[in-house]
Amino acid sequence: MNNESIVKQFPVIEKEGLHYLDSAATCQKPNCVIDAMTNFYKEEYATVHRGIYDLSQKSTIKYNNVRRQIKDFIGAKSEKEVIFTRGATEAINLVANGFAAFISEGDEIVVTETEHHANLLPWQKIAKQKKAKLIVIPILDSGDLILDNIDKIINQNTKIIAIQHVSNVLGTIHPIETIIKKAHSIGAKVLIDACQSVSHIPINVMSLDCDFLCFSGHKCYGPTGIGVLYGKEELLNKMEPYQLGGDMIRTVTFEESTFAELPMKFEAGTPPIVEVIGLGEAINFIKKIGLEKISSIEKELLEYALKEFKKIKTLKVIGDTKNKTGVISFTLENAHPHDIGTLCDSFGVAIRAGHHCSQTTMQHYNVAATARASFACYNTKKDIDKLVEALLYIEEMFE
Amino acid sequence: MTGRDLYQDMIMSHNKKPRNFKKLEDATHIAHGVNPLCGDDFYIYLKVNEDNIIEDIGFDGSGCAISKSSGSLLTSSIIGKHISDASELKDCFIELITSDNSTEESKQKLGKLTIFEGVKDYPIRVKCATLVWRALESALESKVGETTEISTE
Ligand SMILES: Cc1ncc(COP(=O)(O)O)c(C=O)c1O
Repeated sequence: MNNESIVKQFPVIEKEGLHYLDSAATCQKPNCVIDAMTNFYKEEYATVHRGIYDLSQKSTIKYNNVRRQIKDFIGAKSEKEVIFTRGATEAINLVANGFAAFISEGDEIVVTETEHHANLLPWQKIAKQKKAKLIVIPILDSGDLILDNIDKIINQNTKIIAIQHVSNVLGTIHPIETIIKKAHSIGAKVLIDACQSVSHIPINVMSLDCDFLCFSGHKCYGPTGIGVLYGKEELLNKMEPYQLGGDMIRTVTFEESTFAELPMKFEAGTPPIVEVIGLGEAINFIKKIGLEKISSIEKELLEYALKEFKKIKTLKVIGDTKNKTGVISFTLENAHPHDIGTLCDSFGVAIRAGHHCSQTTMQHYNVAATARASFACYNTKKDIDKLVEALLYIEEMFE
Repeated sequence: MTGRDLYQDMIMSHNKKPRNFKKLEDATHIAHGVNPLCGDDFYIYLKVNEDNIIEDIGFDGSGCAISKSSGSLLTSSIIGKHISDASELKDCFIELITSDNSTEESKQKLGKLTIFEGVKDYPIRVKCATLVWRALESALESKVGETTEISTE
């Protein structure tokens, strides 16, 4: 598989005896990201936008360079369309709150059955507030969306479709191109939750033509506390700011205030400066390896894991679509996912057990929880071998 | 380490064949306990007579091996006991796995329930072990005929 040189860049992954298979929750960080952040604190740290002194100006330049880097990485038209947020959750709440002004009674908001709570609850709230309808695109047991009725689901009443690119529970890659085309044919807007795709699949917002797209830094080898919202300039201009305060204003009096231009309009408060620097380095890391290489490593791991899982007779893969990233949800017939999680841990295998912040996905499969293994470019077949060893042990123990 | 410190034989056997795993149709006190974090979900049913003796007990629902075996051992430890003894045992059990203050005397009272002591080393699983006990607590405090709801998080 030839990713030894990648493994070496991750201090946590290099640790003897740890098999980290929870990258869909959060990724480990390469040395370059850790160093970039540490060095920035040591040598270059100062506030951005405000300081007249040299240190702050240099800090501001570096900060803004990351915005340009992200613009290029996702193929946005302008840096004005790249908003820094605290994470995907904040990005989605920002859009839901701002977009609410364009939603009225009887309108429809469309999500999928497998959304992360972060892309469900904000829309549920707006739908309730506005007496709009929340419409759900259902899935097959394979995890694929059922699009036979798409003309009914996306109709004249649809105002926005908020949809994940890839499911964090099942790894299913959704046909967002089709959905975006359909949405635009009737004038609806589309938000893509790219949390689970941005570090696995190349994305270009201009050729996708999506209206909004968001992701979190910590799921793409960067730090926590930083996320990105992409939005088309004309839409962002029409939306009210989500939070008010410093850095997002033009003039302020007791009577009235006016707001800054994009992207500052949506970035109230002192931003997570060092996290932005860390995210920039994480994007560099991804670009250096290349998303093609990353996805080919992960694909090989996925295929290997699915093949090895056949050795475990009572294991059931949840959502067996062919069209997926390196995320596998599964159950064992006699062992509860939490017992699987605890026992895997005793083998040094870190997997996730629970509802993975998508209870509606659990409801589809009529389970309270699943176990989930997810891969990143630093995993190896050894990690999977250890997981299989643990699962065989658990299977026997719970026979 | 292969998790055997936690998943001891007795726990595995109670998980596989939980005792008193049934609904009581003539229960006087019922409580419903859920752990929203992991989806463990159990009902506990008590039939308490005029002398405040737990004449019959049952529990049902679904959850992990720790929560289910803990519920099973709970029922077999308090059946036939006075409610104040059951309540005391509950306090001893919760103290055992949530603190370092458990006394020898209290451990003696708990008897085989002390096999759950190992759960202390798995902080995230403590709530699994206490879930049915918390439901018991709520059932004992409830009025006759009502079903109470508790959630551990
Ligand atoms: C698909 C998806 N959407 C949204 C989120 C929320 O991301 P964050 O918690 O970083 O804001 C996650 C992370 O768990 C996710 O997997």
